[in-house]
Amino acid sequence: MHRTGALFGQFKTLEQQKDTATLGMWVFLITEIMFFGGIMLAYTINRHVYFPAFAMGSNTLDLFLGGSNTVVLLASSFTMAMAVWSAQVGKKQLITIFLSLTILLGFVFFGVKYVEYGQKFHHHLVPGKNFDIFYCVNNPSKCEDIKPADLEKEAEELQKAVKADPDLNAHAQLYFSAYFGMTGLHALHMVIGAGLLFWLLKESVAGKFTAQYNTPVDIVGLYWHFVDIVWIYLFPLLYLIDRHK
Amino acid sequence: MSTQVKAAELQMPEKHYINATYGIRSWLLTTDHKRIALLYLASVTLFFFIGGFFAMMIRLHLLTPSGYLLTPDTYNRMFTMHGVAMIFFFLIPSIPAVLGNFLIPLMIGAKDLAFPKINLLSWYVYVVGGAFTLWSMVNGGLDTGWTFYTPLSTVYSNSAVAPAVVGIFITGFSSILTGLNFLVTIHTMRAPGMTWFRLPLFVWAHYATSIVMILGTPVVAITLALAGMERLFGLGFFNPAMGGDPILFQHLFWFYSHPAVYIMILPSMGVISELISTFSRKKLFGYHFVAAASLAIAVIGFLVWTHHMFVTGQSTYAAVAFSFLTFLVAVPSAVKTFNWTATLFGGSISFDTPMLYTFGFLGLFLIGGLTGLFLGSLGTDIHIHDTYFVVAHFHYIMVGGAVMGYLGGLHFWWPKMTGRMYPEWLARISALVLFVGFNLTFFPQFLLGYLGMPRRYHVYPPEFQVYNVMSTAGASILAIGYLTPMIYLTWSAFFGKVAGDNPWPATGLEWKTQSPPLTENFEVTPIVTWEPYDFHNRPDLGLDVPGGGHGPRVVAPAHGDD
Repeated sequence: MHRTGALFGQFKTLEQQKDTATLGMWVFLITEIMFFGGIMLAYTINRHVYFPAFAMGSNTLDLFLGGSNTVVLLASSFTMAMAVWSAQVGKKQLITIFLSLTILLGFVFFGVKYVEYGQKFHHHLVPGKNFDIFYCVNNPSKCEDIKPADLEKEAEELQKAVKADPDLNAHAQLYFSAYFGMTGLHALHMVIGAGLLFWLLKESVAGKFTAQYNTPVDIVGLYWHFVDIVWIYLFPLLYLIDRHK
Repeated sequence: MSTQVKAAELQMPEKHYINATYGIRSWLLTTDHKRIALLYLASVTLFFFIGGFFAMMIRLHLLTPSGYLLTPDTYNRMFTMHGVAMIFFFLIPSIPAVLGNFLIPLMIGAKDLAFPKINLLSWYVYVVGGAFTLWSMVNGGLDTGWTFYTPLSTVYSNSAVAPAVVGIFITGFSSILTGLNFLVTIHTMRAPGMTWFRLPLFVWAHYATSIVMILGTPVVAITLALAGMERLFGLGFFNPAMGGDPILFQHLFWFYSHPAVYIMILPSMGVISELISTFSRKKLFGYHFVAAASLAIAVIGFLVWTHHMFVTGQSTYAAVAFSFLTFLVAVPSAVKTFNWTATLFGGSISFDTPMLYTFGFLGLFLIGGLTGLFLGSLGTDIHIHDTYFVVAHFHYIMVGGAVMGYLGGLHFWWPKMTGRMYPEWLARISALVLFVGFNLTFFPQFLLGYLGMPRRYHVYPPEFQVYNVMSTAGASILAIGYLTPMIYLTWSAFFGKVAGDNPWPATGLEWKTQSPPLTENFEVTPIVTWEPYDFHNRPDLGLDVPGGGHGPRVVAPAHGDD
């Protein structure tokens, strides 16, 4: 099927092509919701069954890092929306600028995530043989990044939680399985999104996007916002609910 | 005053999608939906015969009560790999990815699917997933049952579970991409005049199927991903030893795998709607109801999954609700069956091969559907749960329904796909052989199950031997019934009689273009001005219809007068 300019051979008009691509992306996002839905269901059910362990898991997360990442992602959604707008009104330079900003913010997110994951490794909170929810409380010298006051509080909370759930360590491991599963899946989507943004950037530098033809910017924008929304759900689910209970 | 030209005088068109370009690259890198359909045809046929081989091993083993052929361990692997090959790699892609892929653009008057490259990608994804699964099959095989119940699959099984799970996970995305492509294509690529209620019911059925693929498949993907990670990295969601819940796995698994049954049967129902109208020379009775029934099946099909889990100790109230909903899903299926039967009434019926498969479908689907109600009733299910009754029931739906529809459709559209006719009498005989073989294989299994023979056991009490011998004998006949079409269809693709554009003749848009079609499908985008299946107002079909169809009974032999 031959391509005439921006119009692919199977379509009759650019408008039809744009409608088709947009609908395709929306349908794809529906499949993504079902995909994330499965693991969120597993998380929610386990959170209900093993409430103390999951609340304890939430307590160990760094609210500041998670909160900053939320702000970073929201900002990236704004720059992405601006890139889409720039494409619609045909401001070619602005597209490039806003796409670059979006990529930059995406990488800030990865940076923060790297720090967060690193902490979890140091604190023995990665599911597996060496998982130990009591590690920092028992070895304060190994967890100097946590303030002593916070550690004391954590010790207290752990004591209470163990009383409620003697098998706390196993169940906390379930929490962290979900944590790494969900944030990992989200991060994977961010990586794919960043790849798409680099491709858009290349095309936009080449001046491909105009007020008439900007479908790729539009639908990658949809995808990026979706990934953002997933985080908007993950943040309260993992960090906020039942904190310090 | 027939305008039909004798088949022998017909010529193959000079230029068509098969001879448009040459070379292996032109096939492996094609974005033409028709060529991709043929790629799928080759790959699903391969898996069908792999799955069929495992089935033969099972049946041969069960010839004697103590089982003489396989060790118990090998037996477990055989039935597991039979299920995996047949369900994930044959039944789910069969009609959608082969016939749907080939026909949907033709039927709606489009040049291609909405996303031709994604279409090709879906085939590669299927091949990669299939390769992983084959790797598992030749490296120790798989013994968990096709359902991968945890913790057997995640902790205790010693077979090659991980590559199979990875393979099925990957193949799921091929199904998602196909569903996405169909749904968007049906929305945005229809030719002028092709309104929603002028769509052939084959397209409606695929629309409903796409909805199930899109909403269900991602759930099984994440479920298998979690089970896979559990096996590889020791996560604990489904492992009771770590506080996880194996029943959660079953819920998530059946949330997809019950609707997946409708991925297999809905397209087949679409094929039957086309066939029954064409070979009765009659407008399909209750077109709107049949279209709506497809959607209803897709929607209600999502609300019945725990009827696979009545014996897991789930809440009685949940069981009652799911039992009720299971009965509800029988309603749209019955609506379809009644409408098909009503279409036959007063029609000018011809017994060409596709119609023989249609009659096969009607009878077998009826038995399969009604026995499903036995299984959906709470009390009866406890008695026949996990027995051969279940095996017989779903084979009547999957083989008697889905595969009969697939073969009927393949014969019906074979002249469109290849431009040539298959040998008609051989095809009729093999359809009959298949029907007899099928019933001989699976009907005794209803009796076995009702008498209490459990499924998945490698031995059985001697009093069940008679039925098992019947079943094995039937399986051998069935094998002949499947091998014959494969041989003569392949032969006819090269040496068959030239078919012409519309050999039956049928009313769909796909028959308005040459056989085999051009790469672009139509020389000029068609404009649709007629209603679907309207044999009476289609002089272009060359049917003799006195009084515009309101006069005496319409007599129009199907397939010329050869």
